[in-house]
Amino acid sequence: MTDRSTDSEAPLWPDPGLTRVPYTLYSEPDVYTRERERLFMGRSWNYLALECEIPEHGDYKTTFVGDVPVVVVRGENGAIHGFENRCAHRGALVCLERSGNAKAITCVYHAWSYDLTGKLTSVAFEKGVKGDGGMPPGFRREDHRLRPLRIECFAGIVFGSFANDMPSVEDHLGPEVAARVRRVMPKPVKVLGYTTQVLRNNWKLYMENVKDPYHASILHLFFTTFRINRLNQTGGILVDESGGHHVSYSKIEKTDSADYDAAKLRADDTSFGLKDPSLLENRDEFGDGITLQILSVFPNLVLQQIQNSLVVRQVLPKGLDRTEVVWTHYGFEDDDDDLMRLRHKQSNMVGPAGYISMEDGAVGAFVQRALPGAAGDTTVVEMGGDTAESQATRATETSVRGFWKAYRGLMGI
Amino acid sequence: MAAPKDDIAAGVAVAGLLADYAACIDADTLEGWPDFFTSDALYRITTARDHAAGRPIGIVYADNRAMLEDRVAALRTANIYETQSYRHIVSAVRITARNGASVEAEASFLVVRTMTDGSQDMFVTGRYIDTIDFAGNRPQFSSKIVVLDSEKVDTLLAIPL
Repeated sequence: MTDRSTDSEAPLWPDPGLTRVPYTLYSEPDVYTRERERLFMGRSWNYLALECEIPEHGDYKTTFVGDVPVVVVRGENGAIHGFENRCAHRGALVCLERSGNAKAITCVYHAWSYDLTGKLTSVAFEKGVKGDGGMPPGFRREDHRLRPLRIECFAGIVFGSFANDMPSVEDHLGPEVAARVRRVMPKPVKVLGYTTQVLRNNWKLYMENVKDPYHASILHLFFTTFRINRLNQTGGILVDESGGHHVSYSKIEKTDSADYDAAKLRADDTSFGLKDPSLLENRDEFGDGITLQILSVFPNLVLQQIQNSLVVRQVLPKGLDRTEVVWTHYGFEDDDDDLMRLRHKQSNMVGPAGYISMEDGAVGAFVQRALPGAAGDTTVVEMGGDTAESQATRATETSVRGFWKAYRGLMGI
Repeated sequence: MAAPKDDIAAGVAVAGLLADYAACIDADTLEGWPDFFTSDALYRITTARDHAAGRPIGIVYADNRAMLEDRVAALRTANIYETQSYRHIVSAVRITARNGASVEAEASFLVVRTMTDGSQDMFVTGRYIDTIDFAGNRPQFSSKIVVLDSEKVDTLLAIPL
């Protein structure tokens, strides 16, 4: 008879190296809990908001660090504060709206009230009623507050961390990735629209997909047919030292490739043409010829430039087999009408109805649905070798291995 | 086609148009879907939250019929998605304005999505904000804004709404 206790003590990551990912990491409840503690609430910088979403004193937005509800708010002198969205009294959400403006944060349950830094400022009936009841004499308001996040803004993006010993966001990203964040956030931005895509799979399957340039021109036929992205284009993959952050980029070169045609890929149906090719117009708005840049910040932020479509994607776990991707389309305050027209048209390529992204909404669920028999087995992540360094090719899974390198470090597995 | 002479006539005509429109999508005869629009029609799918705030970018955007034809071609030729079908339930029509041959109307909709394994979910609800042009041979949408009540879309939105 199998000894169950031995099973439960089996290592979560049995193989050395980064090329064999155990399927149990997508299906074990203990893994999900540990991710919350060690990744999201641990030593990470989590995307919370764009600064432009909370421009005025008192503006707030509710969001999540992993699946932990948090509030981010603009306080005195433009300072931004963040804290857990959970009353210090009996644990109710203190902010129920998606966004708004408030002078103070007051819990609806018992009216405990906090200032915009999360400090407890008043307790209803603290002295009781007519001398009866109330808090005991030793109760000190200053011992109770909304659990704070450390906040740092970088390139107009608000990051938060529950860890107090994080390096600055810029140092955390490393110079190459930080420069690529600045590249798509060079000046004041404005939000152009929000969509949330609900995925029926573990959040890591989506992050692996984002970090996997190998699939792009194979799964996404639209991409390839119109030469928006081919593996033989100029481009490459940058992976930071930790492995957790990456940039995949390419430039369009409208040349045919014998390698590609020889592969006889399903995606290579060149007879397909657009009746309105204005969708594929492009303005080189950053002046470097790069038409595609997919950037990720560990654990769950994606910054996407696909031609002139600019999007922040926040990937939120909602249970082991459920994920929400919050798409925040943005542009710049000084966009002219023509550039706005391009952003409108190209928005058709991304999001849940996107010509080159709708498949990503489904493919993670194809893996999730195949998991029942997979315990004890692993995926194979060997394209481009077994390491996780920057590479000049996009026919590689180096940044997927980078994700697992950072993941293993923080998870302690 | 003559412009409807009053709101009642407009309501009957628009209800018929919406019934044909929904039937076209639900029967998977999408090749006929672009013909419900004028050549320079605006078609958008957005969310109530963005619509109320005036944020311009949503889920689908087309500013002419050729873009709708391209979407059907992409769905048939390029995009990968599991076999699925919609069932539209469209409410009674509200006529909100009439200007000669142009009629503005709104209707609510509910779409149930059925997957190939038989599983069904209420996929989306929302309202159509339509402008219908009665000047041609058949009434056509010169503008159709599909406003979803929720900003959450399950998995993907391939077939149009």
